[in-house]
Amino acid sequence: MTKKQKNNLLRILAAAALLIVLRFIPSQRITRFVLYMIPYLIVGYDILLKALKGLKNRQPFDECFLMAFATIGAIVLGLTSTGDYVEAVAVMLFYQIGEWFQSYAVGKSRKNINELMDIRPDYANIEGEDGLEQVDPDDVEIGTIIVVQPGEKIPIDGRVIEGTSFLDTSALTGESVYRQVGPGDDVISGCINNSGLLRIETTREFGESTVSKILDLVENATSRKSNQENFISRFARVYTPAVVYSAIALAFLPPLFLMISGRDPLWSTWIYRALTFLVISCPCALVISIPLTFFAGIGGASNAGVLVKGSNYLEALSKTKTVMFDKTGTLTKGVFEVVSIHPEGIEERELLHYVAHAERYSNHPIAISLKKAYGEEHDDCQIDSSEEISGRGVKAVINNKTVLVGNEKLMRENGIALEPCTKVGTIVHAAIDGQYVGHIVIADVIKETTADAMKQLTEAGITDKVMLTGDKKEIAEHIAGEIGIKEVHSELLPADKVEIVEKKLTQKKNAADVIAFVGDGINDAPVLARADIGIAMGALGSDAAIEAADIVLMDDNPQSIAKAIRIARKSLRIVYENIYFAIGVKLLCLLFSAIGYANMWWAIFADVGVMVIAVLNAVRALNVKNV
Amino acid sequence: MKKTYKIDVDCANCANKMEVAAKNTPGVKDCVVNFMTLKMNVEFEEGADHKEVMKTVRENCKKVESDCEIFLK
Repeated sequence: MTKKQKNNLLRILAAAALLIVLRFIPSQRITRFVLYMIPYLIVGYDILLKALKGLKNRQPFDECFLMAFATIGAIVLGLTSTGDYVEAVAVMLFYQIGEWFQSYAVGKSRKNINELMDIRPDYANIEGEDGLEQVDPDDVEIGTIIVVQPGEKIPIDGRVIEGTSFLDTSALTGESVYRQVGPGDDVISGCINNSGLLRIETTREFGESTVSKILDLVENATSRKSNQENFISRFARVYTPAVVYSAIALAFLPPLFLMISGRDPLWSTWIYRALTFLVISCPCALVISIPLTFFAGIGGASNAGVLVKGSNYLEALSKTKTVMFDKTGTLTKGVFEVVSIHPEGIEERELLHYVAHAERYSNHPIAISLKKAYGEEHDDCQIDSSEEISGRGVKAVINNKTVLVGNEKLMRENGIALEPCTKVGTIVHAAIDGQYVGHIVIADVIKETTADAMKQLTEAGITDKVMLTGDKKEIAEHIAGEIGIKEVHSELLPADKVEIVEKKLTQKKNAADVIAFVGDGINDAPVLARADIGIAMGALGSDAAIEAADIVLMDDNPQSIAKAIRIARKSLRIVYENIYFAIGVKLLCLLFSAIGYANMWWAIFADVGVMVIAVLNAVRALNVKNV
Repeated sequence: MKKTYKIDVDCANCANKMEVAAKNTPGVKDCVVNFMTLKMNVEFEEGADHKEVMKTVRENCKKVESDCEIFLK
């Protein structure tokens, strides 16, 4: 609680206590008025002052003015006819309770959200003359050696120069996945060093480091306002004056009409109704709860490893109907692996052995995956010569045997009859001393989570899933078939991808439907920018992706896409609940007060009660654990 | 040029009013007030003296919401 909040709470309690005491003190006319003015002024003096200042600055239609006007009106009615001041004091009292609650709730959620995003490192360790020194990360220059002890956060992006450890990335990704790092590995700030002592040479300044960028992004996210927020500020701007004028009309027109038609004008009744009208009208429930919901939703999402760059993107995400995917690195691991081995006349292991040895000196991605599949290839086998034949493969002499490893062309040119393969992927054939010995299939592997992610997306109401890839047609179609994507566009250049997205954008059935594109960064940047929302995946440490996308998934798990959509839906559901609830209750109460059914107490509920409920509802958006 | 200032204000509607007041101040190209983070992002016109402009912005905001504060570092 801040000092101001404490102060106001005391005033509220004092006024409430006085009000109760006064009920038991019999008093008449002017003494009664004076007595009731004490709690009224205690709890409301600042509102009255603000209302006056507002009048002076020609800004009459604010909440303070409404409250001051309504309560003073009620007091005047008390003086002239009813002799009842309780309502006036109560309205002011409850208004202040509402204000207090709002300020407390907002302060609390501000704190909660900041705690969720508590990835900001407080210090960096530098080796000084007498041991470790803690310094402000802002003061650390590029190229400085910092020391990160087990249990500490890495404060600045850099490269490990000494030590090995496991890093916990959960603060950034929302999931506890441990990364092993050793000398030469790049590490990013915000990760927690789990086991060993690391010496890191910084490669960036603190302000440019991942953790600063992420914090900056999330903190400024709510500055990009959603349609709902803009609607509410426009709404509040016309709404308050409209209500004030209606209240004036309500106070004067019916009595005048009654007077003209020769009946009792009932002035006090109509003025009372008009005052009730004013109390109900306060737009705070809406004005506070909608931005609060977005703020909480974005905060909750970032805790789950989904960074949303603005309220408007959260809104767009909730309306997503079509998701387009890049294949490599998004749906698949983006790394080639041996998926099957078909030997002819020799053992599987032996085939792999020869192939791996033939590729010993090659750094081609295919060679690397073959060596990886075999394991430790550096045994005492003799490789006499090894020659790369561009666009074909490798010819090597291993243990005095001539080994050919490569594609169909290589085999044909050497007059070797090969066995075609039905599997999809890159096929590596092999022959020993002119004899065909079989082939190995290498392919990009689908992520374990992809199939489930597609199912979750369908459940989340995504009607169209489209795969865009630069890869060959049969590979693309094979993978799409495995994971259940029906629409596939293959053999595309980056510019073709943009074209397809643009075509999709013009073919939308419904203008409000949103098309999202999911890619893994750098080469997808133009498409990320062109789609309604660009979602970058596996962005940990990749600045280009963070810059280009509207939504950033910190891990590379496609299930996060569905999760992000569900979080957005939940937040938007809460936003609409609050809009309909608050406007609905207020309109109903306004109607009832105009026809005389609602008294001041209703009005207090319509004002303060609705606001409290709306704020409590908004805070729900923060909880994304079981979304 | 863009600058961010810390602000203090009690209610979301008041923050909206500050935003409008700041936007209408000469020298200010655009302004976004973020009630949740209590920050004001101001984009200044080319060649405007941001210190002078912010003084006027502060005065104008005070006019629409007497309780607000902008911390001009």
